[in-house]
Amino acid sequence: MNPEMLSRLQFALTASFHYIYPPISIGLGLIMVLLGVLYIRSRNPLWRRMSFFWVKIYALVFAMGIATGVVQEFEFGMNWADYSRFVGNIFGSLLAAEGVFAFFLEGGFLGLMLFGGRRLGPRMWLFATFMVAFGAHFSAVWIIMANSWMQTPEGYTVTVTDSGARAVMTSFWEVMFTPSFLSRIGHVLVSAWMVGTSLVLSVSAWYLLKKRHLEVAKAGFKITIALFFVLSLVQVVVFGSESASIVAEYQPSKLAAMEGLWETTDCAPMTLIGWIDKESGTTKGIQIPCMLSFLVGGSTDTVVVGLNDIPEELWPPLQATFMAYRIMISLGSIFIPIGLLGVIFYYWQGRIFNMRWLLWIFVLSIFLTEAVTLSGWAVAEIGRQPWIVYGVMKTAEGVSPTLTTAEVVASLSIFIFLYIALFALFIFLLNAKIQHGPDELEEDKPVSALPDTFREVFGRPRVS
Amino acid sequence: MTLNIIWYVLFVIIIAGYLILDGFDLGVGILHLFIGKNDTERRLVLNSIGPIWDGNEVWLIVGGGVLFAAFPLAYASLFSGFYLAMMLVLLFLILRTVAIEFRSKREPQGWRNLWDIVFSLSSLCIALLLGVAFGNIIAGLPLDAEGNIHIMLFEMLKPFPLLVGITAVAMMAMHGAIFLLLKTGDELQQRVKHWAPRLMVIFFVLNSLVVAAVFFFQTHTMENYNSSLLLGLFPAIALVALIVAWRMVRAERYFVAFVASSAMITLLLFSGAIGLYPNLLISSIDPANNLTINNAASANNTLRVMLVITLIGLPFVLAYTAGVYYFFRGKTELTAESY
Repeated sequence: MNPEMLSRLQFALTASFHYIYPPISIGLGLIMVLLGVLYIRSRNPLWRRMSFFWVKIYALVFAMGIATGVVQEFEFGMNWADYSRFVGNIFGSLLAAEGVFAFFLEGGFLGLMLFGGRRLGPRMWLFATFMVAFGAHFSAVWIIMANSWMQTPEGYTVTVTDSGARAVMTSFWEVMFTPSFLSRIGHVLVSAWMVGTSLVLSVSAWYLLKKRHLEVAKAGFKITIALFFVLSLVQVVVFGSESASIVAEYQPSKLAAMEGLWETTDCAPMTLIGWIDKESGTTKGIQIPCMLSFLVGGSTDTVVVGLNDIPEELWPPLQATFMAYRIMISLGSIFIPIGLLGVIFYYWQGRIFNMRWLLWIFVLSIFLTEAVTLSGWAVAEIGRQPWIVYGVMKTAEGVSPTLTTAEVVASLSIFIFLYIALFALFIFLLNAKIQHGPDELEEDKPVSALPDTFREVFGRPRVS
Repeated sequence: MTLNIIWYVLFVIIIAGYLILDGFDLGVGILHLFIGKNDTERRLVLNSIGPIWDGNEVWLIVGGGVLFAAFPLAYASLFSGFYLAMMLVLLFLILRTVAIEFRSKREPQGWRNLWDIVFSLSSLCIALLLGVAFGNIIAGLPLDAEGNIHIMLFEMLKPFPLLVGITAVAMMAMHGAIFLLLKTGDELQQRVKHWAPRLMVIFFVLNSLVVAAVFFFQTHTMENYNSSLLLGLFPAIALVALIVAWRMVRAERYFVAFVASSAMITLLLFSGAIGLYPNLLISSIDPANNLTINNAASANNTLRVMLVITLIGLPFVLAYTAGVYYFFRGKTELTAESY
């Protein structure tokens, strides 16, 4: 294999492994804020107990996110030097803005969030928690801006300098708000909230099955089950279909590969389950006639471009794009009935607490939401190939000229071994935390004695 | 032009922020095994940086992002040229992060010893590698006309860069020791008190060697100093700051000592940056290949947008960073949340 293919594999591995964690930082962050608000409003110690439990899980997940995230910032320069030279003006600014606005916010307040539970009053602790969660969301905004620019670039011109072609910014506004940005950020945030809620549902369902920590487990369902259902619905109906129609408009080669559509036609069918047969140039499987045209254009008359009208060298890897997309939409749609069953049997006198089969489904839900999220990224990134910036620069043109096969083999091997070991340790420690469960609420000081305004925080006497 | 100079200064300031802040927590990591003699002491050492180390590391990430945005050609050449060295930095950054998080999650002594060693070694290796990289940047790199650096990992380990690397380790260990004087008490603090002055002497000797080596062997970095002797104030005041830090450690006024040590680090970095100016990366093949703050920079439009972003963002960053440090001031105590 050449350095380009190995670098693509390495980027896919490091980005996918990293992206296990940020959706939890975002989604669970939102739930941490919710728990803080509930405690302040009701002063029910249950919410505080749950906060103390989930903040420990949050710490572990966040550490994994930091550890694997730092790689991403430098990998562009390491493996994709010519890409970095070409897009630094634009892509670099968005990454730098992410650092200045979002990472500092998260990093600054994380210490207060993780170590402040028993040192800060509930309002100040909620403030710190909110800032971390806000930072996590804001970070997603910048990174999706950057990625959306790679998908649907706008607000730039290509100028030729002494040292090669450069994409130069003409409008920062257009760079930030490219045509795909708004629907994609909605899609990403909703998926992250689904990961967060399904994590809480999964752990709560496990406790219910094992008849442990019942009060905490039931409260976990109470705050997340309706949210999970609504999000699953919004994801499919609003952002999923919106994203698909934008892909149809701006990235026809990606859509054709996602759907395995060969002939350009109106009334294009949508394949539910199937596979692409590249030899014969057909897609086999169960199809709904005209559904694709309806989905992307709101009418069965909408013409959708097929692979036969796109030069073969501009096709993305067909089978991988097609299959990743099938996984995303089929699993993504399953969350609606799961969520609906959950809502029905939770609000029908809490019958769900004795329905073991349904609880087991919720235990598994976190793995499903994570899998859907990662397959969604696979569709977005594999489907963009062979472009690194869609329609502007090929991935093969972006790779570092100095890179040797031996170097990437070395770094890729390190990442593979390291990430397998880290993931095993992460699961081991996460499982230990979950099995240990929430502690009883122990307070060194009564909550009312903790500093709960800026004045009290900064006016307290020195500890020693 | 002016924008390019502003960005060069801002970039150096962000790297200075990184060296001051992550510098002391890398230093605490380097000292971790020697200073903490039992589990409680090691937890105290680790928790002295517990709530703040992550925010400190962000300065490195932002430094990388700012280099990417403001000087993309330097970003691309540097990290692709230093591929394996950077891979090692990433490896140790990852190991260090998980070591901090994992260490106290389990009781067994073997588990804790393992992660103590990982934490300490990776802190040491990060400081060493960053120093070696900086030494190579000062000495010049085989940078060709296309802006590519062709260098093998072992070729980076020449005497001068290695000397800078070891000096960086000593500097961070010293800075970390002064920080620990602020954060510890009792027997633990006595042990740090024993080490801090010794580390300062070691750093002083090593740094004098670096200065001498630059003066005699890296003469290309002396041009700016020769053209304006006033610039010599930067290294001169750095020396004054080190002396102040020394006296304040002796006088047990640790906060002032820490400020002096931070000032010294900043001034030393600026001294190096003045030597390099206007180059970011110096070519040892042909000076025409040098990447400078002008030929490696983004267009003015980007630099202007980035300046607005930084001017909006940085005051907030400084305000809440200061607030968080103020909140966690005083001696470190172990609580239910601690690592």
